[in-house]
Amino acid sequence: MNKSIFAAAALAMATLAGAAQVITVKGSDTMVILAQRWAEKYMATHPDVSVQVTGGGSGTGISALINGTTDICDASRKMKASEREKLKQRFNSLGVEVPSARDGLAVYLNEASPVSELSLDQVKAIYTGKLTNWKDVGGPDAKIVLYGRENNSGTYVYFRDNVLKGQDFAPGVQSLPGTAAVVNAVSKDKLGIGFGGAAYAKGLKFAKIKKDEGSTAYEPTAETVKNGSYPITRYLYMYLKSRPTGALKEYIDWTLSPEGQVIVTEVGYFPVK
Amino acid sequence: MKIAEASDKPEVKGIPMSTRLPRRPEPPAEKSGETGSNGSAPYGAGPSSSAIPSVSGTSGPSAGTASTTATVEPPILPPPSRKVLTMKKPMRAGEFAIEKSIQGVAFISLLFIALIFIFIFREAIPLFFSEVKAAMHQSQVEEAETYGVDPTAPEIVEAPELEQNQDNFHPKTLVSKNWQPVSLNPQYGIVPLLMGSLKVTLVALLLAAPIGIFAALYTSNFAPKWAKESMKPIIEVLAGFPSVVIGFFALVIMATLLQNLFGYQFRLNAFVGGVAMALAVIPIIYTVSEDALNAVPKVMTEASLALGATKWETAFFVILPSATPGIFAAMILGFGRAFGETMIVLMATGNAALLTIALTDPVRTLSATIGAEMAEVVFGDTHYRVLFFVGALLFVISFSLNAIAEFFIRNRMMKKFKGI
Repeated sequence: MNKSIFAAAALAMATLAGAAQVITVKGSDTMVILAQRWAEKYMATHPDVSVQVTGGGSGTGISALINGTTDICDASRKMKASEREKLKQRFNSLGVEVPSARDGLAVYLNEASPVSELSLDQVKAIYTGKLTNWKDVGGPDAKIVLYGRENNSGTYVYFRDNVLKGQDFAPGVQSLPGTAAVVNAVSKDKLGIGFGGAAYAKGLKFAKIKKDEGSTAYEPTAETVKNGSYPITRYLYMYLKSRPTGALKEYIDWTLSPEGQVIVTEVGYFPVK
Repeated sequence: MKIAEASDKPEVKGIPMSTRLPRRPEPPAEKSGETGSNGSAPYGAGPSSSAIPSVSGTSGPSAGTASTTATVEPPILPPPSRKVLTMKKPMRAGEFAIEKSIQGVAFISLLFIALIFIFIFREAIPLFFSEVKAAMHQSQVEEAETYGVDPTAPEIVEAPELEQNQDNFHPKTLVSKNWQPVSLNPQYGIVPLLMGSLKVTLVALLLAAPIGIFAALYTSNFAPKWAKESMKPIIEVLAGFPSVVIGFFALVIMATLLQNLFGYQFRLNAFVGGVAMALAVIPIIYTVSEDALNAVPKVMTEASLALGATKWETAFFVILPSATPGIFAAMILGFGRAFGETMIVLMATGNAALLTIALTDPVRTLSATIGAEMAEVVFGDTHYRVLFFVGALLFVISFSLNAIAEFFIRNRMMKKFKGI
C-alpha cells in the first residue's frame, strides 16, 4: 500500500518536475525500507530526479533486471550463475554488483537462557537436528525448540547455505512467517532458538557466535559486523545492467557516500564503508 | 418462478378484455426486443389507454409502461390481487431476461468450479507423466563486476553457489516421510503434511462437534423464543469471522494460555491449531445440525410427549436419533472446512513437517504448505507441480466429503421422513 502511494507520489512529482530523470528500483523485500528512505532523502535534495521503489523479492527484482524493466535491482543474495547467464544473453553484460549495505544474521536466544555463546558448528548441529538438548551446549537438560523461517525466504536459503553448509534443516524446525514472528516466538519460549536480522531484536538476546572452538565469540554489533569478526554476515546488493552513468551514477554514489550510509544505520543494517 | 406460473394459470383468463387485449400482440414485441417495441406500442396500448394516449404513445419503448397506464384507468381497474398480476405480466420480456441471466450466472459458477478443477489437475499431472527434467545447465559463468566496493573494508566470504539436484523426482517420493522441497536434495513426502492436517482436524472436530450439536439441540428444543432468536444469528456471525483474525488470536493469546494451562513443550502445535480451528467449525456444525433437528417432524415430538416422555427424553431419544444423518452431514462439512482451512493453521501450528503421533507436537498441514510456499516457487518446477498435486488432493478430499454430506446423507434423511 505504502509502496504504491509512494510510487504514485513519485510519479506525480516526476510529472510536476517536467523532464525529470526517473530511476526505478525493484527487488528484495528485506531492502525495501532502506531503498525507500534512500529515495526520499535523495529526492528531497535532487528535485530533478525521481526514484521509484517497489519490492517483490530478490528473485522478482532480478527477473525485472533481466527483462529490462528496472534500472536498479535490490537483492539480499548474490545473483545466481543461471541468472547472470540470462543477463548476458540479453544484454551481453554480466551485470554490475554494488554491495550497498551489510546485514548481520543474529542467532536469537530467550533472555532467560543460560547459554550465551555458540560456535558455528554448534549452530549447524542444532539446526540440522544433531544436537537436540540444551545440555550439549552448556544449558539445562531440556529439549531445544527450533524456530526458523519459511522456505521461500532469502534468509532461509542464506542460513542453509552459509551456516548449515547446504544441509537440510531438521524437520522439527518450526517455520514462521517473517522475522518478527521468530523474535516473538523466541522471546516467549525459554527453550527456543531462532535466527534473523540483527536489527529486529526486542525482548531477547543475541548469541555470541564464534567461528570455531578456538576463536573468540562475537555479538553482532555495528563494529563486529563492519570489521568482519562476526561470522554470519551478508551483503545487501544493488545490481545494475552495466556500469552506471549520469543520474544513475550520481544516485549510486550518493547511497554509498557517508550521507547515504547513515541511512543504512538508521534502518538497522550496517554500513559497507 | 411464481410469477411465471401465475401467468399461465386459468384465472388470468378472467381479467377484463380491455386489460388482456394489450397482451395479445406482445409476442412480436418481445421478439423484436428493444428495437421494435415502439412500433407495437400503439398497436397494443391503443384500445385500453385511450384516456391518456399521449403518455402511452411517448413512453412506448417498454411494453410495461403502456399497460401500467392501462391499469390506472378507473372503469376497468381489476380487483387488487389481479392488479398485481396485470402489473407483473407486462414485465415478461424483462422477466425472461432476468431469468436467463440468473441461469447464466448459475452456470458460470458451475463452469468456474469445473475450470478450477481442470486447471489444478492440469498443473499437477505432468508430475507423473513428463520425463525426468534435465538438470539445469550450469556452465561456469564469470562473476559480475563490482562497483563502488571499498577495497579496505573486510571481505565477507559467502558460501559458493550450491547446485540443486533437480532431476530425482519419482512419484514414490510423495509417500516418503520428509518434506524438504527447498533443499539441495529436494524431498516431497506429503505423508507428514497429511498427518498434520488430520491431527488438527481431529482436535477441531472433537471439540466442535459436541459443542455445536448440543448448542443446536438446545436452541431447537429447549431455548425460549428470545434465546432462540438471538443465539442462532450470534453463532452464525462466528462463521463469518475472518480466519486470519482467529489465527492471530491463537498465535498471540491462545498459544501462551494453553501452554501455561497444560505445560506441554511446544508453544505452537496441532492442539492449539485444532482449538482455534474449532472456533471456525462450530458455526458450521451448529447451523447444519440445527436445520436437521428442526426438520424432524413435529408429529414425532408430539407423539413422544403424548406417550409420557419428558422433554429431555424426547430430545435425546427421539429427536436426536432421528436427525442423526443430518448431524453426521454437519460433522462431515465441519471436517471439510477444518481440512481445507489455511490461515488458522498457518499461524497457529508451528509449521514443522513432523511425522509424529503426539497432538502437542508442531505440525505442517497440506493447506498451510500451499499457503506458505506457493508465492516464491519457480513456475513449472517440480516443487510447483507438487504443490498443485497437494492442492488437487485437498480439492478431491473436500469435494468428496461435501458430496457425501449433500447427496447421500441428506437424501437418506429426507426419505426417512417422507412417509410421515
